[in-house]
Amino acid sequence: MTLQGYIDSAIAPRADRWDCEERIPRQVLSDLAGLGVLGAHVSIAQGGGGRPVVEWGEALEAVGEASMSLLSVLTIHAMSSYALARWGEAEAQQEWLPSLTSGAKLGGFCLTEPTIGCDAKSVTTRLEEAGDSWRVTGTKRWTSAAELVDVFLVFGQTDQGPTAVLVPRETPGVTVTPISGVLGFRGARACELTFKDVVVPKRWTIGPQGMGFSYVASSTLDVGRFCIACGSTGLIRACVRASVDYARQRKQFGVPLSEHQLIQALIADMTTSYKAANALWRQAAKAREELLPSSIMETTTAKYFASTAASRAANDAVQIHGANGCGPDYPVQRYFRDARITELIEGSNQMQQVMIAQDALNAFATRRRR
Amino acid sequence: MTQSDARSKVRAFLEKFIRDQDFEDGDNVFALGLVNSLMAMQLVLFLEKEFGVKFTNQDLNLKNFRSVDAMVELLGARGIFAAA
Ligand SMILES: Cc1cc2nc3c(=O)[nH]c(=O)nc-3n(C[C@H](O)[C@H](O)[C@H](O)COP(=O)(O)OP(=O)(O)OC[C@H]3O[C@@H](n4cnc5c(N)ncnc54)[C@H](O)[C@@H]3O)c2cc1C
Repeated sequence: MTLQGYIDSAIAPRADRWDCEERIPRQVLSDLAGLGVLGAHVSIAQGGGGRPVVEWGEALEAVGEASMSLLSVLTIHAMSSYALARWGEAEAQQEWLPSLTSGAKLGGFCLTEPTIGCDAKSVTTRLEEAGDSWRVTGTKRWTSAAELVDVFLVFGQTDQGPTAVLVPRETPGVTVTPISGVLGFRGARACELTFKDVVVPKRWTIGPQGMGFSYVASSTLDVGRFCIACGSTGLIRACVRASVDYARQRKQFGVPLSEHQLIQALIADMTTSYKAANALWRQAAKAREELLPSSIMETTTAKYFASTAASRAANDAVQIHGANGCGPDYPVQRYFRDARITELIEGSNQMQQVMIAQDALNAFATRRRR
Repeated sequence: MTQSDARSKVRAFLEKFIRDQDFEDGDNVFALGLVNSLMAMQLVLFLEKEFGVKFTNQDLNLKNFRSVDAMVELLGARGIFAAA
């Protein structure tokens, strides 16, 4: 079966149910692993699929169109497996990478805490040295799909500064408490995690000690932003499709809504947003394929644009559907709730604006150096 | 690749980000506030791509990236310069 065939038959028809039940069956992730989606971004040399970035982006866009909850699970898995592939030591890679790239195990991402969000380098979770191990103590919050995840990439403080380490969910001292009733991404139910004297070997440290923020978190969030840019683009496409179908069949004042020009204006805007968001993530994919330093800003711009445009498109899709857009019979209310989350995660959009502005203040400045 | 080619390339890359101030090859570009924290990853990507090296975790100490001199020294230690 092709990925699109699987999405059409097994994801799209079930996405509303996952949203209501706040869970995605583990089998879906295994099926996607079988279709090569879970390890696509890791090189063949490291046991992944080594797919071209643009092809991976197309898969993410297609999944995002059907279910942003599922897209978010793919995102955290991609982030944690990327971190291991890029920054892990050989021993940790041998222990964990094959099962993550094959999808036998799922990776998660634990940065945010109850009191620490955007200011991520200030995480308070402690990593204390205990011989060849770390003792992990602290609380993480808003960890996506933690009930499904097998191993978390956890960011904590050491004497040398922020540091990342792998912590399997089943380690004694790890407690996972689901948070029900979150606005969006409900299928990937977010959780609070407490770590009480959790002991993990130091060989599972990811990246240089003290550089957990500068390198590991920032490059991992960059991967996350690429996933969210592609997924949000899919979400905009879903809004266009739902709006077009609805506007063509629903009649008011004796004609289909699609004949009212103010409705056409909304459809024109969301279609334009879709094309622009798609072009931006493809531009980012090209820079990522070539490992260009500019890939970071291309990705940031793509994520910022796609997520804000997805919120606008979903808002307009609800408007076109009227009361039906607010009810359970149409998916646009889910799109609306999910779109809102894309503006917060993998670096909130205010953080993206700061990065884009800082870059622009250099890139577009008239050169004045002697 | 000679050391002076590498020096010019590193300078040219940094100059894209530091537009309106002079800086010396020994200046700590992070301490001068000339580049932001995002630069750490951009510098790694640039040096790995441009010079065909792959840094180990031990190489990634920020002090290896703080100035043109430090980066050229790091590249030298990775053996990328042809013998004169
Ligand atoms: C459904 C969901 C899933 C999530 N999944 C994960 C996950 O798997 N792992 C994980 O680690 N985290 C996860 N998060 C957390 C998410 O990454 C954070 O919500 C995000 O980083 C913002 O942090 P915060 O919510 O604490 O907001 P805060 O940092 O408290 O910020 C609040 C508001 O102030 C703005 N703000 C903050 N600082 C500035 C500033 N300097 N200038 C201007 N504006 C500013 C922010 O943009 C935001 O709008 C998830 C969140 C949600 C809702």
